[in-house]
Order: sequence, then structure tokens, then C-alpha cells
Amino acid sequence: MRPAYSVIIFTAASGAGYGLLVWLALTALFHGPAANRWFAASGMLLALTLVTAGLLSSTFHLGRPERAWRAFSQWRSSWLSREGVFSIAAYPATILFGALWLQLMPWTAILFPAALLTIVLCTVTVYCTAKIYSSLPTIPQWRDPFVDIGYLVLSLATGAALLAFLAALFGLNAPVIGRLAAASLIAGAICKLVYWRRIDAAPRRYTIEQATGLGSLGSVRQWEPPHTGENFVMREMGYSIARKHSTRLRSHVLAAFPMAAATILAATLVTGTLAVALGIVAVICAGLGVLIERWLFFAEARHLSMLYYGAPAA
Amino acid sequence: MTSLPDTSAPGQKKLGLVIDLDICVGCHACATSCKEWNTQGYSAPLTDRDPYGSDPMGPWLNRIHSYEVQAPDSQETGSRIVHFPRSCLHCEEPACVTVCPTGASYKRAEDGIVLVDPDTCIGCKLCSWACPYGAREYDYDDGVMKKCTLCVDRIYNENLEPEDREPACVRACPTGARFFGDLGDPESPVSQLVAERGGFDLLPETGFKPVNKYLPPRPRRPEATAGEQTSLEERPTYSDSLADRLFSWADRMLSR
Repeated sequence: MRPAYSVIIFTAASGAGYGLLVWLALTALFHGPAANRWFAASGMLLALTLVTAGLLSSTFHLGRPERAWRAFSQWRSSWLSREGVFSIAAYPATILFGALWLQLMPWTAILFPAALLTIVLCTVTVYCTAKIYSSLPTIPQWRDPFVDIGYLVLSLATGAALLAFLAALFGLNAPVIGRLAAASLIAGAICKLVYWRRIDAAPRRYTIEQATGLGSLGSVRQWEPPHTGENFVMREMGYSIARKHSTRLRSHVLAAFPMAAATILAATLVTGTLAVALGIVAVICAGLGVLIERWLFFAEARHLSMLYYGAPAA
Repeated sequence: MTSLPDTSAPGQKKLGLVIDLDICVGCHACATSCKEWNTQGYSAPLTDRDPYGSDPMGPWLNRIHSYEVQAPDSQETGSRIVHFPRSCLHCEEPACVTVCPTGASYKRAEDGIVLVDPDTCIGCKLCSWACPYGAREYDYDDGVMKKCTLCVDRIYNENLEPEDREPACVRACPTGARFFGDLGDPESPVSQLVAERGGFDLLPETGFKPVNKYLPPRPRRPEATAGEQTSLEERPTYSDSLADRLFSWADRMLSR
């Protein structure tokens, strides 16, 4: 599948934003109203900016972005529509939670339910994003539970890296944040490792003989394509990546997340400018890791329709 | 509405195509006729980029592949070429419809035709990802998805002569390899043809239940491949009739 930059940026940015929101809401669940209001306000602002930038980026993937509002209507059957509905539903809940957490509103009694609602809506939105891909039977590499798990864990991991950076920036002496961030980043790397092992081991279930229904007559190969040039299907679904590049990029991802984790742990041992600098390095590592991972997620996916264009198996 | 209509009732109309892989000669007349009709009808415009240049690209709703099939005994008999027209199969349970976030992609309850409403499609391309047959092609200039409409603007069109009220591809096929009809009615000519010839579904494993059917190539007649097997030494000897001897002499003279 062709990796569309708008979709990569969308899933990476909004994933990190929702992950950060989940961590901020968890902080409120455990500690009540924000003790450090600058930290809380910056966190909320950063998360909402990332979510909004991601959602706006996704509209660049559309041929008719001015009609994007129509995408909220088919939540009964479409995961893409559900994602749209939940992403919008998450806004009022998040803003209410933020206002309560920052004590801009007096009703502290509903801080807990608002935080819980924020956690649920943000998690469900990321889950819907994953389901857009993992519900497609036409792409065997995406029919894997580790697609859903990977999206959720990497959302939390990149959000946690941002949280650790903010904690360093505002001088919060909270090593538990660093440990949680490091653990979730390691978990992200493990999820991807397991996912890649699984898709590499999975047998190619579909063949050109099955696709054409001509297998009973013998072995099939493409003799002549329908046209000499490229078409939309070949361009969109026919994107393929050389094995050696994919191996190298995978190792970059598997290095980036532990590197971010180690940097965050190091940042908890120091204070001041050095801690902030280490936090920035960790965010960059995690961000690059998730961008490469997302690019690979698309580039390594093989679509069944390519069987008709001569792919021997999918 | 992208939830699928209930089409489980017996006798539910399921309009579709039957394509005879035995007869198709791969002339692409159906594809060009499809493009010509649909660039002015329901799917208009079917835009092409660089149409007269070296790298033309644009949506076509029907594509003709050609495959070489090698049987285990193809050493003796030679392989065979199968021309393979491929378009939307108007599945009974199409994922391209259910994944659509806007309701632009829908399946008609009355005849089972799968359509895209060009006025509400947002061009997200997810339907094309959900189709295992590669039947949907995005129009980069129009910004919406295009697909086979089963010529919905021909088959019910009372401004056309009755014999023209069938899909443009079927009308254009010079060898009679394409048939149009109601595959939901077991007594219809197309259903009878499918039953008689052992028509099959493409990729039934994916569970989308395509309505269109393909008729398999017939087994080869032994004499059709006899010429390839005959070596020079095995050529049939001529009888000794006067005419044969005359031609044999003429052959020798002319071969000098």
C-alpha cells in the first residue's frame, strides 16, 4: 500500500495527542486538581494541538475535503465514520476535563467522571483508527490483533514521551512519569517486533491461481497487463518496498523506542536544562520511531488486487 | 446509507454480468466502449491525465487482463492464453459499501447494483482498499471514486432502443463473451448459462459473494493442439494419386 504522508502524520500526531490526554486524565484521577497549572495547561494545549493538527492533516488525504462533514453519518457500518464521530465527541469531554482540572470551573465533584470519559473517548478514537485498517480482509498483513494493540500502545508511548518532556520542562520531580514512559516505549517496540514476526511467519494465503479461478487448468502468470501505463489501483495498492530497506527501517524503529526510553530514564536522574534537553531528544526519538513505523505499516502491506496485476501471491 | 439492504428474500433481483473466458479474445472493445459511454453518463467525467502523452493515466471501469496458463502437460500441448475482463462484480455483501464513511457508496435494494454517489463522495479511497478485485478507480481530477455502474443509465433508459438497454460492454462485445441479466432468478438465461457451464465466483474466500460470474475455458480439443506435436518426420505421407504426384513434382521444381 502507498504510504500517504497525510495519513502517516494524522495517525502519528493524533495518536500522540490522544495518548498524552489519556496520561493527563490519569494524572487527574490519581492526584485530583492540577497542582502545577502551567504544566497542566501546557499539556492540554499540546495534546489538543496535536490531535487537531492530525485531524486536519487527514483531510489532505481527501479528494473533496469540503465534504468531510459527511463522514460523521455512517457510524453504523464504517470504522472511518466511527473514528470521526469519536474524535469530535472527544473534544467537549476533553475541554470540560481540562477546565475542571485547571480549576477554571468550580465543580470539582465531576472532575473524576470527566477524566474517565476523556480516557474512554480518546482510547476508543485510537482504537477506531486501528480498526479502519485491521478490519480490511483485502490486506492480510493488517488482519492481525497486533495492529490494534500496536496503535493503542504506540499512542500511549508517544504520549508518555511528551508527558515526560513536559515534566522535565516544568521541573516536576516525578520519576514515576519517566518510568511509565520508558516502560510504554519498550512495550511499543515489543509490540512491533511481535507484529513483524507474525506477518513474516504468516503463509501467503492467496495466489494468482485463486484470484483468477484458473488454478484447475494449471499454473497462472500474467501474460499481458491491461495497459502499458500505471493506473490508480497499481499506484495505490501496488506500492512495494525492497526487503533490505524494510529490514533496515525496522531496526531503526526497534532502536528508536528503547533509545527514547533510555533518554527519559536518564532525564529523571538530572535536573534543569539537561533534563529538558534529554526530554527533547526522547520526544524526537519516539516521534521518528513512530513515523518510520507508520510508513512501514503501509509500505509492507500487500493488497489482494495486485494478484490480478501479476503478483504471484498475497 | 452504507448498511447493506436486506437482499435475502428469494427471487431478489441481482443484476450482473456473466463473462465467458472461453470466448473472450482480448480485443478490449468492452473496455473502450465502457470508457466512451461512462465519460458522458453517470460517471462523467472520467478524466485522463496526459491522455495523448507518454504516460497516460485515468480511471477505466473495465480492464482486460491476459494470463498464460501452463497445465502440467503443457510441455506437449503448449500453454494457453486466457483473456480476462475484470470490472466491479456487484457483490451481495460488498465491503466497499460498508466501509464508506459518508453513505456515498451504496447498494441498490431494487436490483443490487453497487454505485457511488458522485455528489457525496469525499474521495477518501477507503472503498478501493476494501475491494479485493481492484474494481474501483479514483479520479484524481474529479476527486471522487469511480466504478462500474452496470450502465444504470442505459439499462432502464427509455430513450434508447430496447436492444440498446444493456451495459455498453455487453453491447460492444464482438464475440458474444459477455452476458447481462438477473442472476437472482434461477430461470433467467444468464443463471441457466452459469449452471450449464459451471460458472464460478472470483475469490469466494473473501466472503463478499460476487454476483458477476465467470465461465471457465472449455477443455481443449485434442486436434486443436495436434499441429504443434507433429515433427517433420511424422508428417502424413501422401497417397499416390496422380494429383498428389503432380503437386509433389511441382513442389520439388519450385523448391529448387
